[in-house]
Amino acid sequence: MLEDKDRIFTNIYGMHDRSLAGARARGHWDGTKDILAKGRDWIVNEMKASGLRGRGGAGFPTGLKWSFMPKESDGRPAYLVVNADESEPGTCKDREIMRHDPHTLVEGCLIASFAMGAHAAYIYIRGEYIREKESLQRAVDEAYDAGLIGRNACGSGWDFDLYVHHGAGAYICGEETALLESLEGKKGMPRMKPPFPAGAGLYGCPTTVNNVESIAVAPTILRRGASWFSSFGRPNNSGTKLFAISGHVNRPCVVEEAMSIPFVELIEKHCGGIRGGWDNLKAVIPGGSSVPNIKADVMKDAIMDFDWLREQKSGLGTAAVIVMDQSTDMVKAIWRLAKFYKHESCGQCTPCREGTGWMMRVMERLVRGEAEVEEIDMLLDVTKQVEGHTICALGDAAAWPIQGLIRNFRDEIEDRIRAKRTGRITAVAAE
Amino acid sequence: MLRRLHHEQPAAFAFTPANLAWAEAQIQKYPEGRQASAVIPLLFRAQEQEGWVSKPAIEAIAGMLGMAYIRVLEVATFYFMFQLSPVGSVAHIQICGTTPCMLRGSEALLELCQRRINAEPHHPSADGKLSWEEVECLGACANAPMAQIGKDYYEDLSVESLTRIIDELSAGRVPQPGSQIGRYASEPEGGVTSLVQWVEGRNAHNASVDLALTIGDTVKRIDGTEVPLRAPWLKTPQQDEVPPVPVEEAQAVTPSDGEPGEAPQQADMEHSARPAGVRHPLPSGETVAPEPQGHPSGVTPAHGVAGPDATGAEAAAAPLVPEQMPPTLTAPRGTADDLTRIEGVTTELASKLNELGIWHFGQIASWSAGEIDWMNSRLGGDRGVIERNNWVDRARALANEGGRSWQNAETPAP
Repeated sequence: MLEDKDRIFTNIYGMHDRSLAGARARGHWDGTKDILAKGRDWIVNEMKASGLRGRGGAGFPTGLKWSFMPKESDGRPAYLVVNADESEPGTCKDREIMRHDPHTLVEGCLIASFAMGAHAAYIYIRGEYIREKESLQRAVDEAYDAGLIGRNACGSGWDFDLYVHHGAGAYICGEETALLESLEGKKGMPRMKPPFPAGAGLYGCPTTVNNVESIAVAPTILRRGASWFSSFGRPNNSGTKLFAISGHVNRPCVVEEAMSIPFVELIEKHCGGIRGGWDNLKAVIPGGSSVPNIKADVMKDAIMDFDWLREQKSGLGTAAVIVMDQSTDMVKAIWRLAKFYKHESCGQCTPCREGTGWMMRVMERLVRGEAEVEEIDMLLDVTKQVEGHTICALGDAAAWPIQGLIRNFRDEIEDRIRAKRTGRITAVAAE
Repeated sequence: MLRRLHHEQPAAFAFTPANLAWAEAQIQKYPEGRQASAVIPLLFRAQEQEGWVSKPAIEAIAGMLGMAYIRVLEVATFYFMFQLSPVGSVAHIQICGTTPCMLRGSEALLELCQRRINAEPHHPSADGKLSWEEVECLGACANAPMAQIGKDYYEDLSVESLTRIIDELSAGRVPQPGSQIGRYASEPEGGVTSLVQWVEGRNAHNASVDLALTIGDTVKRIDGTEVPLRAPWLKTPQQDEVPPVPVEEAQAVTPSDGEPGEAPQQADMEHSARPAGVRHPLPSGETVAPEPQGHPSGVTPAHGVAGPDATGAEAAAAPLVPEQMPPTLTAPRGTADDLTRIEGVTTELASKLNELGIWHFGQIASWSAGEIDWMNSRLGGDRGVIERNNWVDRARALANEGGRSWQNAETPAP
């Protein structure tokens, strides 16, 4: 188990002093000027060496992403945009950073912006996080007052402005180009890529969009060294990670743990076990609503990292672990996600706009068993037609949970259809 | 999902003086010519003030930001947090219904709302005090099930605790937000499994609850005086290079009775300068030339220090064809013309034109051949669309329509 001395977010529950003074007492903002003095290349290389993979879901190496920013400005300013539009169902980790340990993020914004030649950064926080926005703004104000950001930030000679911006309840704005559209005051509809944001992002200028956690861990990595960070987790999955565990565990929580922690250990150490015991476990969605579910027998051996979960045709995503016990109606649980994606489709691409509604309506009938068995394959076929045929990944995200359901629980769906037909409940449904 | 404006609309909308000062400060967060970026924060403040977003509010904000009404309307209808019809006079209760909350009992909470408030979402209760809706994941899944009421999250709910909360709100009291089963934040119920050393002598409440109790504005209609206005970003590097410009709106800030320690920031705000040129209408006729990328550079960028020879570098990077950049504007003068009235101008092209700084028929009416080439190569797609459809002549006719030309269009926005 990870020890407290190796935790990056040492105030994730907000019990210690949340102000700048408290952050400093816990070691943040220590020697920031010296880190900047080592230069852009050193910072980017160190981030690459740490093996940090983006914490927003896709797991793209953070240091590599930073290195895509132009080395020399062509006259256009560069921007860092922090994606704090945390809306993936199951995910509630960035919220804790922003309200309880906000200085990790503020300091990270300065360092990351410096490393990519940006004098300004925007944090785009989801609109519903009103208190989190206020907490974060307080930390930003404190940092300005203390000269840590603003003109000549930390006495480094680098001018840096940090702005907190908020959205208004659109999941799609968590997609990086939709977020940029939204930040420009438009509907949050994803852009075609290329051009990628590093070439033409916010206001047509070079931009890097990073998740809150990716930015907030950077200062500690740079202070303690890439090798310290990469000493946790398996190769290619290094570091510590905030896990958010929800659903049918005895004690749901957000907790920072080492990557590659076994699922059983995570649940036993921090969540008091599965509700009703391990035999009562039915399935787990291991990385937020977009990734396919994994059945109980597989999950009992699970290693919680990018590569292991990918091998199981799922993913670590945002490390939002949704646990479901035997009382769960799996079809209904996934139908509710289908409803979510239907609600959140921005409407730009036809396969997604029409497909999410179609999939939701079929799922609705499957929940009641009012369908033909053949429709299961038809539904699977439609998910394949949506997947990969849209500008952004929302179409994929809507398709995957349904694919996972059919892969793992086809018998449950079929049984319900038969039960409806014959008016009998068979053994499988009562299991 | 189809979202329309309410059938009954108030006659007018105006920000309170303090909210107006707040809004003006928010607009300064964005570079010159990019004030449209502030549209969501401003619409949301309008909603916080009135409870919902009305048509006059959309129009007023379009005017403040120099945006076409339709652009603000589409933002208001796209984003689900904007309430487009009146909500309960005391509170609007938003129950999270997505899977993590559903697994822990949100359906029973929704039934309770149907029973206690109104069978239909978005419809006020009989006494008009409360309304409710089911919303998608609110991002507090480790504290499920939960609801947002006003500014705050009520977490770890049960039918019993939500019943009590509804009773309290109906009686005019605001129950304490946060976990309703005694958890501090998102730590495991019953005690932390990490970071044990801070448990002793911890703060009384987590950050969210602390703010709610300190400010006391959970379900309040926000008039801007709740907290002192702070805008540290106004101290931009450009500040010393330009003569200070008094910020007239800032003087309208109602002195806050908040924490006295915050007072100096307010004084600070009054004396700080705006970034060069921002927010001041350009003198009539003056134009600002955009960079080839469409980024305004007529004046120093509000942030991001451009290299000393940036302009030269851009000129060198520009294609060496006899193209000529037409005069452009960073924002429309008064109301922008509806460019789609010109044949061949789709809404998409119109917004591209707006991005390039073309807002009025009169601007198009005066394009030279070189300027047409310049526009053609930037509009992309169908080259020659300008000449084939004879935009210039058509624009000239439209510009003269009603005897109004863009040069003297000082008509205030609706």
